[in-house]
Amino acid sequence: MVKNITSFTGNGVADWLVQRVSAVILAAYTLFLVVWFLALPEWSYEAWSGLFAQGWMKIFTVLAVLSFVAHAWIGIWTATTDYLKSNTAVRILVQLAVILVLFIYLIVTFDAVWGV
Amino acid sequence: MQVSVYRYNPETDQKPYMQDYTLDLPEGKDLMVLDVLNLLKEQDVTLSFRRSCREGVCGSDGMNINGRNGLACITPMSEALNGKKKLVLRPLPGLPVIRDLVIDMSLFYQQYEKVKPYLQNNEPAPAIERLQSPEDRAKLDGLYECILCACCSTSCPSFWWNPERFVGPAGLLQAYRFLADSRDNATEERLSELDDPFSVFRCRGIMNCVNVCPKGLNPTRAIGHIRSMLLKNAT
Ligand code: SF4
Ligand code: SF4
Ligand code: FES
Repeated sequence: MVKNITSFTGNGVADWLVQRVSAVILAAYTLFLVVWFLALPEWSYEAWSGLFAQGWMKIFTVLAVLSFVAHAWIGIWTATTDYLKSNTAVRILVQLAVILVLFIYLIVTFDAVWGV
Repeated sequence: MQVSVYRYNPETDQKPYMQDYTLDLPEGKDLMVLDVLNLLKEQDVTLSFRRSCREGVCGSDGMNINGRNGLACITPMSEALNGKKKLVLRPLPGLPVIRDLVIDMSLFYQQYEKVKPYLQNNEPAPAIERLQSPEDRAKLDGLYECILCACCSTSCPSFWWNPERFVGPAGLLQAYRFLADSRDNATEERLSELDDPFSVFRCRGIMNCVNVCPKGLNPTRAIGHIRSMLLKNAT
C-alpha cells in the first residue's frame, strides 16, 4: 500500500472513478453547448443569459465546473508526481498553485452563475 | 556487420558511451542476437551481459535491441534489424546499470515481492492436494508463463517515473495470477494492498508492456481485471 495525501480522494479506485465520471459530464456539457449554439437562430446576449437564468442550467453548469476541478486536479496531480520528483518543495508549490487556480475557477463560476 | 553496444564500467568510466564493433557474420544463417553477442565477446572479453538458457526460458538476457526490449536469445537478427544496417544494443531502460548490458533489477524484484507471489490459503490442507477444476485452472493461462525478464516493466513510462511505487506490468500480472487462482483465499487482503493511487492506478493503458512481452502475455488485460475487482469491492 502506497501512501499519498495530495491525490484527490487518497484512494486509487475513487480517483479513477471520479476521473471517468467527470469526463462524461464534461463531454455532455460541452456537447450540449455546441448543439445549443448551432441550434440558435441568432446569437444574442439575451438568449445566452436566458439560458443561464434557468435553474437546471445553473445546476448543470455547477456540476460541470465541479467535474472540471476534480478532473483537472486528478490529471495534474498525476503529472506532478510523475515529473516533479526530485524536489519536494517545487512539487508542493506547483500543486498549491494549481489548487489556487482551480479554486478561483470555482468561485468565479459560482459568482457568474448566481449573477444571472 | 556494424554493431553498436552500450558500454559502462562504473570503476573506470566517467559516463556511459556507445562502442562500435565490426563483425563478419556467417552467410546464409539467421543468427539470434545472443549469438552475435557471443561473437563480440570473443572479440572483446570485457563486454558484459547476462544469459543462461539461450532459449527464452530463464529471462536473463532481456535488453533493448534496436530500440525495442526483448530477449536476445530468441530475437533473430532479421527481426532485430528490420531492414536496418546496424545493430544497436542497450541495457533495459529505467533501471540502474551495473555494467554494460547488466542492470540492477532490485526495484523490479521489490515490486514483485510486494504482490506476495505465492498461494495463500488458511484453510486446513486436504490430505493429498488442493484440487482445481479444469475451468479454474484455465483462468491461469496467460498469467503463469511469465519468466520475469522485465522487458515489460522497463518499457513502461509509468514504471520509469515511479519504480518504487507503481508495481509495474510484470508484478501486476502476477498479482492477478494469484487473485484469479481458485485455491488462494487471500483475495480481500491482496486487493486492500492495491487500491492506493499508485500500485495499480499508475497504469495509463499505454500497452508498451503487451507490445514487447517475449512470451506474448498481456499485462494490460490483467491490470484491467484487477481494476474491475477493486471497483466491484469498493462500490
Ligand atoms: S510479462 Fe512478459 S515481458 Fe513481462 S516479465 Fe513476464 S515474460 Fe517478461
Ligand atoms: S499498459 Fe500500463 S503497465 Fe503496460 S506499459 Fe502501459 S502503463 Fe505500463
Ligand atoms: S538466455 Fe534465457 S531467456 Fe535468453
